[in-house]
Amino acid sequence: MDALKKELKESIIEQLNLEDLNVDDIADDDALFGDGLGLDSIDALELIVMLDKDYGIKLTDPNEGKAVFVSIEVLAKYISEHRTK
Amino acid sequence: MKTNLNIITFCRIKNHSISINGKEVIQKDSQLTFSEFAKLVYKEKAFAYPKFFKMDNLSKLGFLASEFLFEKADLDAHIKENIGIVLSNKSASLDTDRKYQETINDKANYFPSPAVFVYTLANIMIGEISIKHQIKGENAFFVSDKFNELLLEQYTVSLIQNKKSSHVLCGWIDVDKDKYDAFMYLVAKEGTQNYSKEIIKNIYTTN
Repeated sequence: MDALKKELKESIIEQLNLEDLNVDDIADDDALFGDGLGLDSIDALELIVMLDKDYGIKLTDPNEGKAVFVSIEVLAKYISEHRTK
Repeated sequence: MKTNLNIITFCRIKNHSISINGKEVIQKDSQLTFSEFAKLVYKEKAFAYPKFFKMDNLSKLGFLASEFLFEKADLDAHIKENIGIVLSNKSASLDTDRKYQETINDKANYFPSPAVFVYTLANIMIGEISIKHQIKGENAFFVSDKFNELLLEQYTVSLIQNKKSSHVLCGWIDVDKDKYDAFMYLVAKEGTQNYSKEIIKNIYTTN
């Protein structure tokens, strides 16, 4: 699980162009949206694409997205339980 | 056309160099890509605006030119709020359109990028500049084969004469792969350097 969390942090920093952050700046329980990393709605769409592209997970219900993108901790748990690749 | 308007300041970015009012203020290694050049300038100037890194290259170029221009012009917030923006280029958003197309070319690997898609319109650059500087004036973006000083003059004069804006941010911001060229200038009634299409064309061709 720790390897997956690190991989997610690296992917998020690279794919969302969070130039000023590195892996150590993101705690597992930091909020991804709002006061945490401050991601926006376009970032949320990019995360949905990332789940599909990298892990074969298709999120179609927006409410499911809200629950999944709470933090790295929650996201990693969801991916480990639902990934198809 | 005699306009009774003036050029407050102008900025040129091309060939890894940035100049303000004809004076070079930044020169970088000519081997850098545009992205590398833009990032270096951003870091050096410590702009502290993380959204910069999410922008496409066209918006980055427009952002940098406007930052240098506004730093030099040092306008009050109430003037900035009402600035009109009239920008133009040749390549529209083609540079980003290609990048977006790469994400949808392969049916077996079809993952359209929302973050790239939002920049597949050239006038998004005007939006980025407006958000950064809280500008709420009228704006327009024109695509033409080359720098069209007459078109920009007519639109600028109209905005000021009709009291839509007291200041107009004008220019040419073009990016296509690693070719880039920005020429941005601020026009208003105040100032001492007379503005006309002939004068601005001369500045464009000699800077």
